[in-house]
Amino acid sequence: MRSGHLDPIDRAIVQSLQRGVPIVERPFAELATILETTEEAVVARLARLVESGVVGRFAPMLDAEKLGGAVTLCAMAVPAERFEEVARLLEAMPEVAHNYAREHRLDMWFVLAVERPERLAAVVAEIEARTGLPVLNLPKLEEYRLELALPV
Amino acid sequence: MLDPVDRRILVASQDGLPLTATPFADLARALGLEPREVLARLRRLKEAGAIRRIAAVPNHYRLGFLANAMTVWDVEDGEVGRLGRLVGALPFVTHCYRRPRRLPDWPYNLFAMVHGRSRTETEARRREIAALLGSACRTSDVLYSTRILKKTGLRLAGEG
Repeated sequence: MRSGHLDPIDRAIVQSLQRGVPIVERPFAELATILETTEEAVVARLARLVESGVVGRFAPMLDAEKLGGAVTLCAMAVPAERFEEVARLLEAMPEVAHNYAREHRLDMWFVLAVERPERLAAVVAEIEARTGLPVLNLPKLEEYRLELALPV
Repeated sequence: MLDPVDRRILVASQDGLPLTATPFADLARALGLEPREVLARLRRLKEAGAIRRIAAVPNHYRLGFLANAMTVWDVEDGEVGRLGRLVGALPFVTHCYRRPRRLPDWPYNLFAMVHGRSRTETEARRREIAALLGSACRTSDVLYSTRILKKTGLRLAGEG
């Protein structure tokens, strides 16, 4: 399912839900009213969007730093023939929150998120040891904007 | 920050809340808690900032954003704060950070994620950022993502 298969109501649901729901007993009630439909219909569409992968998950978005943890962005130059092996290794590590393949000499970019800040250096060292590849560690120094919703 | 009950709630919901009209009450039931208590705890965590929001995480590719780029810029240190805030305010920039340079390999200190439906669109947006940075930017690069290898977010352990 590509974007072409999303109807305007699906788009409105994604648009609204990526900004978040109120923490109330019936969090979809207001959206259902705006869309002139029922909560059940909103939930059924959301379930379909999750099923088809348009929405990765519907869940609380946690702030690792506010929880006392730490986050950093890392990059590696992984040789093409080892790319899948290294991707699988990172996939299996719970500290790896995101990982993207990118067109660049540094072709693998991942975010580490840990509950205990002192773990970060150990995780970077573990990745270097297990892959034999140097990790470029680029912790955030300042944040100018963070994932406000994209107009879809 | 998290007591054991908070942690149970977040661990049980981090992969996804029940997809029902009353997800918090259904989560509470599954955990043997009072719905009112789950709502109160989630609200408190949201107020404290530990929960940014309770939301759907979209797959940009599946929404038609096929040209997703990390744009990186080498901006004068004295100007990067002011300019970073301007870049971060652009509607097509979803994340914007200052990070350390790692010379000689990595001269860039400003990162802005840009999403477009095509590379043509994303390149135009990149030129918009370049114009905004002007002569304070010495050099720049763009790294298009070709594949999402993982996208789970922070994972809480079952016991902390």
